[in-house]
Amino acid sequence: MQFMLLFSRQGKLRLQKWYVPLSDKEKKKITRELVQTVLARKPKMCSFLEWRDLKIVYKRYASLYFCCAIEDQDNELITLEIIHRYVELLDKYFGSVCELDIIFNFEKAYFILDEFLLGGEAQETSKKNVLKAIEQADLLQESKPPGPSPQGRTLIGF
Amino acid sequence: MSDVVEKTLTALPGLFESQTGAAKITNRLRQLIKSITELTSKHEEENLIKRELSAIKEQVSSPNTTMKQMREIMVRAMYCEMLGYDASFTYIHAIKLAQQGGVLEKRVGYLAVSLFLNEGHELLLLLVNTVLKDLQSTNLIEVCMALTVVAQVFPKDMIPAVLPLVEDKLSHPKEIIRRKAVLALYKFYLIAPNQVQHIHAKFCKALSDKDPGVMASSLHIYLQLIRESPDSYKDLTGSFVTILKQVLGGKLPVDFNYHSVPAPWLQIQLLRILSLLGKEDQSTSELMYEVLDESLRRAEMNHNITYAILYECVKAVYTIHPKAELLEKAARCIGNFVLSPKINLKYLGLKALTYVVQHDAKLALQHQMTIIECLDHSDFTIKRETLELLFRITNAQNVTVIVEKMLDFLRSCNDEHTIIHLIGKVAELAEKFAPDNSWFIQTMNDVFSIGGDLLQQDVPNNFLRLLAEGSESKEEDDQLRLYAVESYLTVLKGHTSHLPQCFLQVMSWVLGEYAHLQESVDRREVIRLLTQLLDQRSVSSETRVWILSALTKIPEGQTDLILDLAESLSSSQDTVLRQQAQELRHLSQDSQLREWVLPRGAPWDGIEVDSSLSFLDGFVSEALAAGAAPYKPPHQRQEELCEDRALNLEPYSFSLPVSLSSCSITDRQSPTLLSVSSGLSGNSAELSQKAGSSTLILEGVKRVWGKDGYLPQKEATAPPVDEPSAAVQPASQQEAAERIEPRPEPSTQNQDKQQLASSLFVGLGVGSSVSLLGKSEAPPPRFRKKPRPHESSSSSGTSKRSSDSSSHSSRNTTDSFLYGSFPEEEPATSISTFDHTPKSTTANGLSQNKDTKEDRHANTSQILGGDMVIVRPSTIQDKHPPSVSSDLTALLPADLKDLPHSDVISLTSDPSLSLSSCRLFRDEALLLVIFISNCTETVIKDVAVQLTCEELKTASLRGNVMDCLEARSTSVCHYALLMDDPHTNVSLTGTVSYQTQPGHTNTLPFSGTLSTADFIRPLVVTTEEYGKLWLSLSHDVKQNLKLLTDAGDPLRTTLNALKDALQLHVVDIIGSEGIVACRLLSGAPCLLHCRVNGAALAMWLRSPHPALPDFILYHCQRALAHH
Repeated sequence: MQFMLLFSRQGKLRLQKWYVPLSDKEKKKITRELVQTVLARKPKMCSFLEWRDLKIVYKRYASLYFCCAIEDQDNELITLEIIHRYVELLDKYFGSVCELDIIFNFEKAYFILDEFLLGGEAQETSKKNVLKAIEQADLLQESKPPGPSPQGRTLIGF
Repeated sequence: MSDVVEKTLTALPGLFESQTGAAKITNRLRQLIKSITELTSKHEEENLIKRELSAIKEQVSSPNTTMKQMREIMVRAMYCEMLGYDASFTYIHAIKLAQQGGVLEKRVGYLAVSLFLNEGHELLLLLVNTVLKDLQSTNLIEVCMALTVVAQVFPKDMIPAVLPLVEDKLSHPKEIIRRKAVLALYKFYLIAPNQVQHIHAKFCKALSDKDPGVMASSLHIYLQLIRESPDSYKDLTGSFVTILKQVLGGKLPVDFNYHSVPAPWLQIQLLRILSLLGKEDQSTSELMYEVLDESLRRAEMNHNITYAILYECVKAVYTIHPKAELLEKAARCIGNFVLSPKINLKYLGLKALTYVVQHDAKLALQHQMTIIECLDHSDFTIKRETLELLFRITNAQNVTVIVEKMLDFLRSCNDEHTIIHLIGKVAELAEKFAPDNSWFIQTMNDVFSIGGDLLQQDVPNNFLRLLAEGSESKEEDDQLRLYAVESYLTVLKGHTSHLPQCFLQVMSWVLGEYAHLQESVDRREVIRLLTQLLDQRSVSSETRVWILSALTKIPEGQTDLILDLAESLSSSQDTVLRQQAQELRHLSQDSQLREWVLPRGAPWDGIEVDSSLSFLDGFVSEALAAGAAPYKPPHQRQEELCEDRALNLEPYSFSLPVSLSSCSITDRQSPTLLSVSSGLSGNSAELSQKAGSSTLILEGVKRVWGKDGYLPQKEATAPPVDEPSAAVQPASQQEAAERIEPRPEPSTQNQDKQQLASSLFVGLGVGSSVSLLGKSEAPPPRFRKKPRPHESSSSSGTSKRSSDSSSHSSRNTTDSFLYGSFPEEEPATSISTFDHTPKSTTANGLSQNKDTKEDRHANTSQILGGDMVIVRPSTIQDKHPPSVSSDLTALLPADLKDLPHSDVISLTSDPSLSLSSCRLFRDEALLLVIFISNCTETVIKDVAVQLTCEELKTASLRGNVMDCLEARSTSVCHYALLMDDPHTNVSLTGTVSYQTQPGHTNTLPFSGTLSTADFIRPLVVTTEEYGKLWLSLSHDVKQNLKLLTDAGDPLRTTLNALKDALQLHVVDIIGSEGIVACRLLSGAPCLLHCRVNGAALAMWLRSPHPALPDFILYHCQRALAHH
């Protein structure tokens, strides 16, 4: 995977993780172009698009877009499931995750991502193991992980 | 939008209340986020962040800020950066936080570092000590954090510092640490492969780890290793198959299930590895048939994840050695994808089909209706993938429909990348399958106007070459040219201001060359149209040059118009234009001269490129006699400049008045003046002034060469890649084309689609009844354009051609598009490529400048040992034992026989042809020789070899196209390959197309790998030169290598072993130190300094090229390991 971006329906960036070294200028340019392109797509369209020489895989959960860039020989469907597994992890950790959880605790979202993907490759696909690793690190924290936020719109309904 | 903002706002108070007690410290961040949400304009946001950043700046520099506060500040800084503002002043504090903070602060510090800093950022060096400390910590969490950051960003040069610690972690009792260590090593492998060479055995241990997570992580490394050299890992096939079987059998813990599918990520990774291992290898493929079958069977659930696995499975089945039963199942799977109502699956189905139709074009037939629907799909992505698929199934009968569809799509597309990509394909199809002249020209017009100046330069080049070279029949060629002329005149009469430059250039060239074919058109009209273009402001100066060249060729008796034009241009600001105007004036007044310079209808086959510019020899020797310095190639000059840059230990001499005289001496060594006086790459303007106007003959040459070698017209410097190019259609085929033209009927939509289907898929199912309307008919025999003869080296044409070339002037390709030809001064120096007698100068750019290189050459051969033929130890790429008759080397052309060469290895074979190859090591290039043997008792016709490799440049090629190959005979073709940037291994792919019976073209694909070692040549220098050069080089790498201790003198033995393996030049050995030099072909040098250090060899490499030392080190390690 080359990079992962999370952005809202208004085009606000919520999370960015780059697995290839790029200059800040390039990153900004890519983000701007990509957010525009993805937001312009209609809901019934497929979740993949060819963009420059990359393949973009994106999925919308409630008001939040998850967007990954992969190479041509990579498998688009499994990338879609990587996104889904990440959302599941967030959901489990925050308890019915909504966009606000990610806005206000974005560093936590990064921690979870780093336990799940490392250097652009899936590191640990067992949900239990990822959360265990996070919780162990969190135990040292004086505050518990934030409880569910009542008013937000949850990303996935379980 | 508003509802979301509203929700956000209503949620805020609740959030704050719930957090107040627990996390007061994060309040500032919450405040910030909240304020930002409330803002309405970008401007307000900017102001707010500006204030925030200055507050942060103040806080971080205050000595009273605690680590705890710093942590919170860092999160705020991350937020600001995410919004796109620069908070780079906090980077150093992020590193400090990771260094000094407690575990919690460290975590945030490391996160900030991994988000802020790129691999190459200099601040990362400051992190190394922190990482080292944390890796040795007893706190597991700290070790984890350190490994996480190492696996994301770590400076390449510092890898050796942490490597031993990371390696140790591979045997750590905690699986999470082992897992992260494996991924860190994977990262190291990606950025510096040679650093982790020695721990391959440990990867093996990770693969057999009892924890599935660790094992899965190790697969990332294996996938990469196997991709690079599948042959080295064939023995692991059994293990991978067993693992996959266990996964499928549900032997893994339930946690690894994803939507009740066992470890899908693991499965996909294994399938990829297996497909790489089984590719073109029957016995390995046989090992995996069973497990692939099971995989296909197991994945029956209707969920994305099972489809992801199925897709990978299908790809594997079609990649490995085919097995009918599996192929059938896989084809059914693809059917499920394509027919799925889910759009994502449909897309993947199309992608799979695109992959699969290369092996079996008939599969597309089964899904023709779906494909047609996808063509009109509203989703851009689906449409584009469908066109990609259609491109793969295009043949002579459906080409018009498919090209039409592609052009339609392109007209409505505004994405540059897509346009460049697809328009090239349209041009390719048009050339390959054009049904008739007018269609071809019309399509190419579309290509030029749509693609415009985005087009790859080879598209117009190929097109012009096609027009110029023509086919067997002159009549047909002229007809095609005539069409082009007519069509362009029409275009030029319309609005021309919007036309792209490259289209204008193509048009003016064609008009210049062929306007005379069109007798009904007034010459004055043509001149008027072209002149009119010159007046347009949108026309670039490069295009103006093309137009003027065209005008030079047209006139006969229209001197008045031309003189006016020349007059008006002679005051132009552009020197090139001015010069051309001069030429134009001269030539139009002297028709005899013009006839000589631009002979009408000169055969194109005879064009020889004498890139050694041997016709200038007289001029050069005169200049040399007059005291000019001899020519040195650019890289040599570069080196000398480098040397000059080294410390000057001699005192500066004299003061100003004296130095004026010495100035001329030093100046003579400066590259610019040097090249002028040598005449080989002189600056055109200066030369022309010196030479005066009497030597018109030289003008054609001058414009081509400049200080940096070739001047702009790149097209000609591109290696003459051979492509089966277009065919000019005999009239009988026009009917066939018309038959398959889509006839839109006002009937039902469905009928339309069926109509379309029949025209799209015609010709695919030869003899099968699957085609919907059942009207597939056997394709008429495709005719092939005659192969471009000047690349052919088959003996049949040689005699004729060599006589041709001796009588015919040698011309420069660059100019050949602009001018017809130019006469040469000394016919005796014209050299033919096809002359198979050994000569040091050949016409294809590999000639050596004997004067300057002879010394070095002699030295080199001395280094290589008494007899010139050194046989390289076969490296990994020699898949097959060198059982192939080694007497093939006897077939090498005489001028190549003396070169050192490798074993002959067999590349591939089929019942008719067998291919083998051999590498020849020439000083300035690697010659890849391909032997094509006809194994049948009949003549094989139209044999054409095509070779592609992204990383290498083809400097020249010979003999890759043959009209016919006699029964039981072998033909030789060779490519001179150049490597500009080193790569560990370079893979080559290629195809041979041939006809066993007329109209039936077979293709035989082949592939192979070359290693950097093939491109390394000894660099002969003295110890003093070495010392000087050493000081001037900047990029260095140090590493300890294995010392071969089995003989008396370990250093000498080791260096000799390296010399044998890599063609290094051992400059000197003094005591326990040795100095060695080599270079990448005739390019960047690399110096090696070796010292015996206990039981190891401490090697220090330096080179002007940043990556070269790494690669050489890598090959040294391998050579010693294999010893």
